[in-house]
Order: sequence, then structure tokens, then C-alpha cells
Amino acid sequence: MKRFFNDVRKYYNYEVRAAKTALKTEVAGSFLNWIWWVLDPLFTMAIYYVVFGLIFQSKVKYFTAFLFIGLTMWNFFSRNVQQSVKLVKKNRSIIAKVYIPKFVLLLTNMMVNGFKMLIAWGIVAVLMIALRVELSWYIFAFFPIMLVLIIVTFGLSTIMMHFGVFIEDLSNVISLLFRMLYYATGIFYSIEDRVGKHYPNAAKILYNYNPMALVITDMRNALLYKTGPNWKALLIWAVIGIILGMIGVRTIYKNENSYVKVI
Amino acid sequence: MIEQEARIPSVEIEENTDIVENAIEVRNLVIGYKSVQAYSIKKSLLKLKKVQVDEFIAVNDVSFDVKKGEILGIIGKNGSGKSTMLKALAGIFSPDSGTIDLKGHTVSLLSIGVGFEKQVTGRENILLSGMLLGFSEEEVRAKMPEIIKFAGLGKFIDMPVKTYSSGMYSKLAFSITAILETEIMLIDEVLSVGDEKFKRKSYSKMKELISNKDRTVVIVSHSISTLRDLCDKVMWMHEGKIRRIGEKNSVLDEYKEFMS
Repeated sequence: MKRFFNDVRKYYNYEVRAAKTALKTEVAGSFLNWIWWVLDPLFTMAIYYVVFGLIFQSKVKYFTAFLFIGLTMWNFFSRNVQQSVKLVKKNRSIIAKVYIPKFVLLLTNMMVNGFKMLIAWGIVAVLMIALRVELSWYIFAFFPIMLVLIIVTFGLSTIMMHFGVFIEDLSNVISLLFRMLYYATGIFYSIEDRVGKHYPNAAKILYNYNPMALVITDMRNALLYKTGPNWKALLIWAVIGIILGMIGVRTIYKNENSYVKVI
Repeated sequence: MIEQEARIPSVEIEENTDIVENAIEVRNLVIGYKSVQAYSIKKSLLKLKKVQVDEFIAVNDVSFDVKKGEILGIIGKNGSGKSTMLKALAGIFSPDSGTIDLKGHTVSLLSIGVGFEKQVTGRENILLSGMLLGFSEEEVRAKMPEIIKFAGLGKFIDMPVKTYSSGMYSKLAFSITAILETEIMLIDEVLSVGDEKFKRKSYSKMKELISNKDRTVVIVSHSISTLRDLCDKVMWMHEGKIRRIGEKNSVLDEYKEFMS
């Protein structure tokens, strides 16, 4: 564990630099440049708004913000975990030439996605002002909830990264599972209203066993509906995330030098 | 008590400064490519039995020392385990058994092309690669003008790497690793980079680098004349084992005879 923190510190500057480069790479040569980082989430939201807000007539209060909070957090989570499966392969040229602790790649990737998420949170803030959302002190729960999201994402990603090296079709499996999880997370509907009305038990299961449903619901409650988060559940998931991360980092340390033989 | 015990050997070392310490110690090193093949879920479902894995031992029970400041050449035919050995020394491969002790020295593998980000400029790639090699941003920035000058890419240094020709690409890669010096340098067949002029320049730079008394160098090459020119000691690898190690001329002569 100590080695982990030392390595994180040692490679921190590289991570930041590499993340910046990755972001630059993404927009280099495109016409609208960084504006894409704003346009992309905005248009996605517009589509969802038309489909679920107008066509399906969602009754959720502050629906646009409700939707966008869900999308923002989901994108961060699913992009990180799904990309981590292929991360080692993608960076083949680096790891065949120098030694770096392989989770450094993961942290770099999380920074890239984190930056995009930051922009999305900016849009959420603008939305909340535009919709005249009534605020409460609970909005400060934003930080602990984000922390849980980051911990769970990192934990799961380390494990996916390790197995992604050895199992060729893991990314197919993961993308299927994530499609399922996406609908079970209640991004564009409220679990409580839609599922809970007819199947109260199912709603409870979703809320209790799906960390994404938990953090997204809690975040919406805190930012939009003046309700405090479920501290106990958050704490449990934080602990689970930390344990996953510890197992993942240990496995990576143990096996990372064989990765280059496989890919 | 403990302090005294610890002090005694250090005194002894100080007295024997004429005995040069080892910079690299390799003991019973074995590296194989086996049982680490990627598999798909379908494959493992269809064959519930353990899949037969091809085992290939690239480096088989090899031990040797390199003294500080020494230049060791490794020669051998293709597939004899030279590059695998070098990668293991660089810490990229983990040994299956045996140990590699670098005595805490910094190490870099000088070979063609640390992965470049194609979309960003050469300048930014220098920073990125340098930091990847374990240097701080300030150190890389300080060496930046020297690297740019040595690479001699002119205005291309501020253009995206994707616009580079393959020769320019390798010139930049060579310059980065050659100018950012480490205590142990591992060199893998990079002496034929770029055009004639750059080749001569890199060869003399290499000579200058490795003539430094404190620097330990391991060179892998197929060129007998290069090794004769640069090395102190040569190791001949054959099918994963050391066939001969010792004074360069005798080993190289024998190797030449073997290959002809």
C-alpha cells in the first residue's frame, strides 16, 4: 500500500502532463476544438430531453437538471471502467519501452474523464441557476458523494484493467453488462417513482446493490431536492470501493510485468 | 551494538576503493513466455480442459555481473534471448525466477521510439517521454534545447509528430534517451538511426556517453565491429544461455568463426 502512494506521488506530474496531452490529442485538428467538450454533453442532453421529457412526458421536477446529473456521473463511471479494459493494450508502445506502474495509465485516464466531467458539472450549475432550483446546505454533500463515485470507479477499473489484458473478449461482456446497468441505474427516470410504485422490492434492490443508482439518486437529492444523502450506504460503498482498489492494485503490482508478454 | 555491526562493512569498503563495485548483478535468471497467453471466453468454454500452452524459455539460467563503468556487449543470433534480457534489466519484464540487482541505479532502455503521441508537437513529446523515463519536468525542460539541437529537426519540432518521416521520428527518439542520461544505459540496436550524417553523429555521441567512467552500459548488437570498437567485455548468448563471456576479442573471434 505504501508503495502505491509513493508511486502515485512519483508519477503525479507525468499523469497530469499525459492527461493534458491526451485531451489535446482529442481535439487536435478538429474544427471546433475544445467546444466539443461542451457541445457533446449538451446535445446528448437535448436528445434525452426531447425523448423523455417531451415525448414520454416525465413528471420529474427540474427534469433537465435531473437528467444531466445522472448522465454526467454515469458517463464518468462507464467511460472509465469500459476504457480500462483496453487500456494496457492501447498503451502498448509505452509499456514495451519503460517501466511504469500500470495503474498510472488508469489514473491518467481518470483525469481525462474527470476533466470532461468537470465541464459537465459546469453545465449542471448553469442549468440549476436557469431552472431556479432552491438550494439547501445539502449541496455540500456533492464532495463526499463524488469521492465515493471516484473510489468505486477506481476500484472497479483496476480489476477490469487487469483482466482486460488476459481475456480478449472482456470488453464485449462489459459493454453488455453496462448496457443493462445503464437501464437499472435510472438515468432518465426516477427509480422511486417508476419502479417503486409497482415493484417496491425491485426498487430497493436497485438502490441497495447498484452503487451508481445510489450515488446518482443521492446527488440529485442533495443538489435539487434539499434532501440529505444516505450516509450509511455511501460509507459502505466507499469501503467496498477501497477494498476493490486494494485487491486491484495488488494484483496489478504482482502481474504487471507479464502484461507486456501477452499483448 | 547493531550500529557498530552496520558500520564495520562500510569501513571495509572505503578501504578497498580500488575494487570496483558491481552495478548489475544477475543471478540464475530465467524468463519464459508461457501460460500468459490471452484467451477468449469462448475458447475457455469450449475447452474446459487446461489449454495446452507452448512454453518458450527465452533466457535460461543466466548469471553474470557488470562492474560499474564497464561496457558490456551482448551478441548472439536472432532469438537467442538478447533483447529479452535487456528488457528484463530495464524492469519491463519480470523474471520467472532468479534475481536482477541494479544496486539502486537509474536505468533507461535506449531503443527506437518510446511511444509518441502523434497528434501533439515534438516538443511536447520530449516532455512526456522524459517524464516517463522518471525525470522531473524541470530537468527535462533544462535539457530541452540540447535535445532539440541534437535531433536537428528544425521547425518540425513544433509540428505534430504525425507529420514526421520515419527517420525524423527515430532521430527524436534517440535524442531524448541519449541526452537524458541515466546511470545504467541499455542500448538495443539503435546505432543505425537516420541518415548517414545523423548516424555518424549518434555513433560519436554514443561513444562519448559510454566513455563516462561512472556510466555502466549494456549494448545489444549484431555488429561485431561495433562491439569490438565500443565494449570492454562481450557476452555471447546462444539459445537462452551464455555460451561465452569474457574479454571482447577472444569472444568475438570465436563468435565470428561460429557464424561463418
